[in-house]
Amino acid sequence: MSFQVMMMQLGQGMLKSMGIFFLTLLFSLPLGLLVALCRMSKSGILRTIMRVYISIMRGTPLMLQLLAVYFGPYYLFGAKLGKNWRFSAIIIAFAVNYAAYFAEIYRSGIGSMPAGQYEAARLLGYSKSGTFLRIIFPQVIKRILPAITNEVITLIKDTSLSFSLAYAEMFTIAKQIAAKETSFMPFLAAALFYYVFNALVAFAMERIEKAMNYYSA
Amino acid sequence: MALLEMKNIRKSFGDLEVIRDISLRVDEGEVLSIIGPSGSGKSTMLRCAAMLETIDSGEIWYMGERAAWADGHGGLHYPKKAELKKVRSYFGLVFQNFNLFPHFSVIKNITDAPIHNQKRDRDEVYAEAKELLAKMGLSDKADAYPCQLSGGQCQRVAIARALALNPKILYFDEPTSALDPELTGEVLKVIKSLADLHIAMVIVTHEMNFAREISDHVMFMDKGIVEVEGSAESVFNTDNARMRAFLGKLRH
Ligand SMILES: Nc1ncnc2c1ncn2[C@@H]1O[C@H](COP(=O)(O)OP(=O)(O)O)[C@@H](O)[C@H]1O
Ligand SMILES: [Mg+2]
Repeated sequence: MSFQVMMMQLGQGMLKSMGIFFLTLLFSLPLGLLVALCRMSKSGILRTIMRVYISIMRGTPLMLQLLAVYFGPYYLFGAKLGKNWRFSAIIIAFAVNYAAYFAEIYRSGIGSMPAGQYEAARLLGYSKSGTFLRIIFPQVIKRILPAITNEVITLIKDTSLSFSLAYAEMFTIAKQIAAKETSFMPFLAAALFYYVFNALVAFAMERIEKAMNYYSA
Repeated sequence: MALLEMKNIRKSFGDLEVIRDISLRVDEGEVLSIIGPSGSGKSTMLRCAAMLETIDSGEIWYMGERAAWADGHGGLHYPKKAELKKVRSYFGLVFQNFNLFPHFSVIKNITDAPIHNQKRDRDEVYAEAKELLAKMGLSDKADAYPCQLSGGQCQRVAIARALALNPKILYFDEPTSALDPELTGEVLKVIKSLADLHIAMVIVTHEMNFAREISDHVMFMDKGIVEVEGSAESVFNTDNARMRAFLGKLRH
């Protein structure tokens, strides 16, 4: 295998890793907020369901969850696993797992808001949703941004767990080429990719955090 | 017709009875000061009036409309949503620690609620807000954020924010207690200017000279009951032993 072909395959794996990364964030960030709100809702049943869901997501390995989502339909309903199911299963597993982590971050952020903000909003005639959307949530984002950054950075590295479903992302490809060519180079390339991607994401998050520094709470 | 009327209010937190059968009435343009040692239930009384706390028994009326009433069997009732909203628009509250919205600039703190909650015209609201800021001596702070202001400036913004909704009555819960002594004066001056504008106020304060000067009516509370009330002169010259002891303590 020529160097060029190797690089092209690795490049394709890289795009797939980034695809998992961005799609997971796209789904898990809003889903996490929804879970957090249910976790804090008045309904005891809803709260319990969410608590159990979160504890399972955080208490079992993500790799196991990937396998469960992928093979679940087959073992449960005897469904045929279609060609595109692999990728969907990965996104579902990642989104549902990360939503649980994000939910706990949202919840602690919302819980850290002083009661006075709610009381002031109430006296100024804000509705419940207005209070949350205009007053509480914008402040929560600023408070939780460092914790979100941690999870986002972890996610970059976690995308490599998709190798357990033999999905052709960066790590899977690197492993395959390395085995075939008995070369260590693909691993180095993979390492470099994760490291640089990490640095870029960290830089972007830092910029966002700085942009939110126009006020201090 | 009374602007605010609270009848036979009782309120407990668990086993602690904080308000024991207090009634009060405020007419339009009237200033009532509530004084008393800390823990006597002054804030709770104000928070009940502002409907931030529930009441265990009694009734609250605004402008001749019932705003909240306990039925004596443990139930608490409010009017229908639209009426409740109207009732809530009658009053505003200025907190001891301001509770400004830190992510909003000064002008946005003042204009956001009138625009989004009262659906008023944006330009009109902004023009009024600028006038209010000028009145508070804060014209140059419109675009500042609360974290860039002194405590006294924050409190004046909080007063402007409450006034922007055109309430009929404003509640103040120790508006100067969180301020350095040298910043107290500027806030008291602003509150005094409101009294001159004929806005009704209920003020919980430890500033006795101020209370004496500004109030039409003064209530001295102790342990959840009203010990003395009446005109400022009569209350400050009372021979009630608890009131005398309270004033004596403040002086030392
Ligand atoms: N939310 C609450 N839960 C329990 N106890 C409270 C609460 N709010 C006030 N209290 C108690 O009620 C009493 C009266 O408090 P407060 O109305 O704040 O008095 P004041 O404003 O006169 O200092 C105090 O003993 C206080 O600890
Ligand atoms: Mg108090």
